[in-house]
Amino acid sequence: MKEPLIRFSNVSFTYAHGQAAGWQALTDVNLEIHEHEFVAVLGRNGSGKSTLAKHVNALLTPTSGRVLVDGLDTSDPEHVWEIRQRVGMVFQNPDNQLVATTVEEDVAFGPENLGIPSAEIRSRVTEALEAVDMLPYRLHPPHRLSGGQKQRVAIAGMISMRPKCIVLDEPTAMLDPAGRREVMRTIQRLNQEEGITVLHITHHMDEVIAADRVVVMDQGRIVLEGSPREVFSQAELLRGLNLDVPQVTDLARRLKNRGLAIPEGVLTVKEMVMQLCPSD
Amino acid sequence: MSIRLENVFYRYLEGTPMETTALTDVSLEIQDGEFVAIIGATGSGKSTLIQHFNGLLLPTSGRVWVDGVDLTAKGTQLRAIRQKVGMVFQYPEHQLFGETVLEDVGFGPRNAGLPEEEVVERVRRALAYVGLDFEELKDQSPFELSGGQKRRVAIAGVLAMEPGTLILDEPTAGLDPKGREDILDEICAIKRERGITVILVTHSMEDAARLAERLIVLNRGRIALDGTPVEVFRQAETLKELGLGLPQVTELMHELKSKGWAVNTDILTVEEAEEEILRVMGGQR
Amino acid sequence: MRFRDLTIGQHIPGDSVVHRLDPRTKIIGTALLITLLFTVDGFLGYLLAALAIAAVIHLSELPWRFVLRGLRPLLMILLLTVGLNIFLTEGEVVFRFLFLTVTREGIARGLMMGTRLVLLIVGTSLLTLTTSPIQLTDGIESLLGPFRRIGVPAHELAMMMTIALRFIPTLLDETEKIMKAQMARGADFQSGGLMQRAKNLVPLLVPLFVSAFRRADELAIAMEARGYRGGQGRTKFRELRFGRIDAVALSVAVAFTVVVGVFF
Repeated sequence: MKEPLIRFSNVSFTYAHGQAAGWQALTDVNLEIHEHEFVAVLGRNGSGKSTLAKHVNALLTPTSGRVLVDGLDTSDPEHVWEIRQRVGMVFQNPDNQLVATTVEEDVAFGPENLGIPSAEIRSRVTEALEAVDMLPYRLHPPHRLSGGQKQRVAIAGMISMRPKCIVLDEPTAMLDPAGRREVMRTIQRLNQEEGITVLHITHHMDEVIAADRVVVMDQGRIVLEGSPREVFSQAELLRGLNLDVPQVTDLARRLKNRGLAIPEGVLTVKEMVMQLCPSD
Repeated sequence: MSIRLENVFYRYLEGTPMETTALTDVSLEIQDGEFVAIIGATGSGKSTLIQHFNGLLLPTSGRVWVDGVDLTAKGTQLRAIRQKVGMVFQYPEHQLFGETVLEDVGFGPRNAGLPEEEVVERVRRALAYVGLDFEELKDQSPFELSGGQKRRVAIAGVLAMEPGTLILDEPTAGLDPKGREDILDEICAIKRERGITVILVTHSMEDAARLAERLIVLNRGRIALDGTPVEVFRQAETLKELGLGLPQVTELMHELKSKGWAVNTDILTVEEAEEEILRVMGGQR
Repeated sequence: MRFRDLTIGQHIPGDSVVHRLDPRTKIIGTALLITLLFTVDGFLGYLLAALAIAAVIHLSELPWRFVLRGLRPLLMILLLTVGLNIFLTEGEVVFRFLFLTVTREGIARGLMMGTRLVLLIVGTSLLTLTTSPIQLTDGIESLLGPFRRIGVPAHELAMMMTIALRFIPTLLDETEKIMKAQMARGADFQSGGLMQRAKNLVPLLVPLFVSAFRRADELAIAMEARGYRGGQGRTKFRELRFGRIDAVALSVAVAFTVVVGVFF
């Protein structure tokens, strides 16, 4: 079995470690993420999911335990910059990631930092903007873009560095439904067509449906792991964790409790219709 | 207290090549005690519309009356209107500025010229509405609170003015499911207890369906639909064209109907869907 | 929405010769112009400078009213300068009105000061009208480059300028939002004396500063996540290149400045 791209081994992390008010955000986390996977991390605010994300590109390093990225130890300062070329990260606030005065300039920022020659930067920028469907906006200033467009530019800014994996820390939290759809579509396409490994942190249940694997966190620990269907079937558990489920999933659970022969892991309206009308 | 708009147009950058019309011929009346949800895609004019309700924007043409007062008339005291019509903006925690919670939450009542004892009382009540303890927090710096608490303090700052109408622009933006549920519950509780008018701008069809008595749907600066949730969600095709959706269970009902089921498609909540499906299936067995 | 449509420095895109010049040429040219305006003496000198500026305006293919628009906000200062010179210079009295005396020397000086100011404003605004903010930043970074040896942080300065330019419209938007939110709670930013108004700004400035610091923090993290570690080893997406038109423009500019500056 091939070595995973990212491996967390018994990772614990405490903010303000050693001080009186230190707070343990991660406790004994073990996680493997393989290349080309689309993994979603679910959890309420304060569950540690964001902290987990920041460990993948060495923005944070474990208080105990180890994180290996493509074989490199994140705690080793020598490797930090290489790790950040292999693992890109997109954050929650669309505005506070864009640094330049035009879209193409911003997407060029990463390659510039890597010392890529000027001519090659140009082709990477075009490529990246095409991958996120923002090429027509290359000369636009960031403040004229919608939230969804800004996030796509931020993603392009990562793609241009040709990472193996992208970590997205609640990228849709500040977007309207249209923006959320744009970003999710983009992420899925990048994973499926370009083979980029995706680690998607969110608290929106409907965003994990497309994932290969879902990891549910609570109070710094992983409490549930499995396919979306497996995880959604644990409706009671999820409710207890203050995570909501899509209305159809909730409905499936209720109908099951009322005696109908419906499995619990129903994810979409389509699936529900198929369950209720099996003959069609 | 009612809010009435008559043939309101709002244009900005008038006379320049970049002139834009944000509101076109908007007429509506919101009665005392209603719970209205305003829905629309980004850029449909929701923000512009609600700013006409408390005089932050005045129409380019047309008239606005709040509690019988014509906002466009000369000499209207807009500051007095804003005490009656409170507005909570998106991410309200970004407006915190006080050295203490008491100072920040008391900003509104103090601006109204109320005596200090009254201000303190109002702050106490306002914090209680959002589930925070006055004694515990009054001397703390708002900047040292958790994210959820900051938002509550910001909302309390508007509640402290004890307005008859409360406008909330996506109060659940950026919150996790539990956070969203809590805030919406608190808003409902306030409405019940004080009988105020609530105007909620939201992107969630589910929330609008569950909480509001009346939905106003905006599209490109015009009112496209205005009615009860049931009435509005019956217009599934129109909503789709406007780039808006239906509550998921409502969509399910429509799908089942298209498969030949004799379901009532005026279903808006999970509970209603549960009953309706069992009813129809019971009939089929 | 009103604020953010103001283009900073009023850059007007175009394809004229002047637009296509390397920004460094234009920056040096502007510096030469400023030097010239302070060394020139006498009517003829200013006339030649004015003709040179007029020639550049013509070559830039910009409408005259845009160019002269930059003078409007400074009209007051202009009038004050001219006025002070006219009324306060000693010399041969030409005209008396109440307590005000107008002298011949005063008129001459007032007109010269006024002309110099007008030419300065128009000349420098030509720079910002024909050069985009990015190009200006690149140009300044390049020109400061050689001074890195003596400790001038050219790259950092350019980075700061770029980020500032990028965020000005965003911050203006946010200012408007905060103002409206506080106005919705009865804040009054209009009335009151100077002291009162300054106090009234606290609910606007505190959140703005807090937000600006938070942005800076998040931006720094985002930049680090993209491999930023200062100017070391960085390449540039856009490269500045001196062309033939730049060589010609620079030589003409230098020659003109020297000749007119020395002889006039």
